[in-house]
Amino acid sequence: MTLIKKKLAKSCVGIAGCGGLGSNCAMALARVGVGKLVIVDFDAVQESNLNRQYYFRDQLGQKKVAALRENIRRIDPGIRVEAHDLKLDAAGVTRVFAPCRVIVEAFDQAEMKRMLIETVLDEMPEKFVVAGSGLAGWGQNNALHTRRSGNLFICGDESREVSNALPPLAPRVGIVANLQANQVLEILLGEPTTHKKNK
Amino acid sequence: MKITLNHRPSEYLGETLTVEELLKWMKFTFPMIVVKINGRLVRKEEYRSAAIHEGDQVEAIHLISGG
Repeated sequence: MTLIKKKLAKSCVGIAGCGGLGSNCAMALARVGVGKLVIVDFDAVQESNLNRQYYFRDQLGQKKVAALRENIRRIDPGIRVEAHDLKLDAAGVTRVFAPCRVIVEAFDQAEMKRMLIETVLDEMPEKFVVAGSGLAGWGQNNALHTRRSGNLFICGDESREVSNALPPLAPRVGIVANLQANQVLEILLGEPTTHKKNK
Repeated sequence: MKITLNHRPSEYLGETLTVEELLKWMKFTFPMIVVKINGRLVRKEEYRSAAIHEGDQVEAIHLISGG
């Protein structure tokens, strides 16, 4: 466990978007002790976010990156959080995520997802992207999965788009956010080995 | 021309194919896609010019809104 803690404490992970995926994924990574998180979002916390995003009623109106930094601090004040109140474009992606080994794609809009994935794979080929795609609605646990394509991992059901009939809701959004966090750990720590003591 | 599309063998008439033609052929009108040929990313600006050859491994990953 000490070795795991040390490895994670030295790691830096980027979170692109601090909505349902990003806020939940960041909190999971903070709880396990990832040493540095670079969080980026331009939005403020709204009441409609509270059905799935890791914010609280007394944070309504605050910038998401400020609220998320505070929530991380309440769990572990030792985690370094670099918060950017910013709408990302390709130049911003290469600049703010330069120190990160892994970048979590947690945007809402598919166009932004593509921008981030293309920018990182093309211009930062040594880095990994863990993207979320398809999380709307409820149920269908077994449709949620992770798929790898080189340095790109896709988490989600890859089919259900958010709409009035299929809103994003805490359980499924949280599952996908934690699939992403779990995949980040596998990238940072390698695959878990079994039958070994003294971990 | 035989290629592998999303890990499945596929066959197309003709000897050359661009990414744009392939997406049209597959009726992938869904606009948000990440395309790779033999593991190499093809950016959307290159769809019209990027050529697919016999035996290529092509991936077209759909991106779904929601986060």
